[in-house]
Amino acid sequence: MSRQASRASESKKMNSELFTLTYGALVTQLCKDYENDEEVNKQLDKMGYNIGVRLIEDFLARSSVGRCHDFRETADVIAKVAFKMYLGITPSVTNWSPAGDEFSLILESNPLVDFVELPDNHSGLVYSNLLCGVLRGALEMVQMAVDVKFAQDTLRGDNVTEIRMKFIKRIEENLPAGEE
Amino acid sequence: MADEALFHFLHNELIHYAYKSAEQGEVENGRCITRLENMGFRVGQGLIERFTKDTARFKDELDVMKFICKDFWTSVFKKQIDNLRTNHQGIYVLQDNKFRLLTQMSAGKQYLEHAPRYLAFTCGMVRGGLSNLGVKSIVTAEVSVMPACKFQVMIQKM
Repeated sequence: MSRQASRASESKKMNSELFTLTYGALVTQLCKDYENDEEVNKQLDKMGYNIGVRLIEDFLARSSVGRCHDFRETADVIAKVAFKMYLGITPSVTNWSPAGDEFSLILESNPLVDFVELPDNHSGLVYSNLLCGVLRGALEMVQMAVDVKFAQDTLRGDNVTEIRMKFIKRIEENLPAGEE
Repeated sequence: MADEALFHFLHNELIHYAYKSAEQGEVENGRCITRLENMGFRVGQGLIERFTKDTARFKDELDVMKFICKDFWTSVFKKQIDNLRTNHQGIYVLQDNKFRLLTQMSAGKQYLEHAPRYLAFTCGMVRGGLSNLGVKSIVTAEVSVMPACKFQVMIQKM
């Protein structure tokens, strides 16, 4: 209990330059290690996924958000609570597909790309691809399979950064054989 | 403002990544530490540039070290270095009694052997910061009782 109390009182905010630069160092290292951008994107996605599956616990514990009833609610929670909490930005949720299973998050600013410019020879690099992995991983832990990708990116000259999310299916919980 | 949890997870992934390539046959521990250290170096360089934007010129080496212990450490880890010692011949020992990147795993001795990999990135960061202030150094770290740790800075005379 005492631990909980001390935790809550501590501010969880930290220097965002440290985060941005660390992420930059990681991407640079990946670009050195892998020859093509495709591979780098894949690695970033994978790392994001690893982060996402852990981050969701932290998120649920600290945000006291309840179960979402539909995908629209999920979208709102992601944009208004999760992004706000972890990156300090609130993307807008738009471009819903008619079936309501697909939407876009529009990021007016993206903390990951402060200080970043893409050199010409990395035209295939999706610099912030980590975010896709994080979203995919986190949602998978709450039984939601989604497809996440960057549709637009200011780094590549678009006006805004747009993350497109598509709902695929509910993941049924399969208990291992022999367990109730 | 980014959230601390996110940085911790990212830092874990860096370590995981640096060590994963080792399992695929690349040579041992030292190399992984070097990779983490190099990533930290870049980050330190970038950070110090931003942190010293509005500060006055430093008097001497000790002044630089004090800046690292106070301002730099506070900006990055939200606390100061607890103890700074020097032999006045180019060796400085910075002690942090509750190092932020170790607190999560410091109950008991179970993870003591893994502690060095959680320090390498920071060693690099300190070295990078110092290097951009014109101080060439070698930075190493040691842990005896978590979450306390000591960073030893050896200044290389040019």
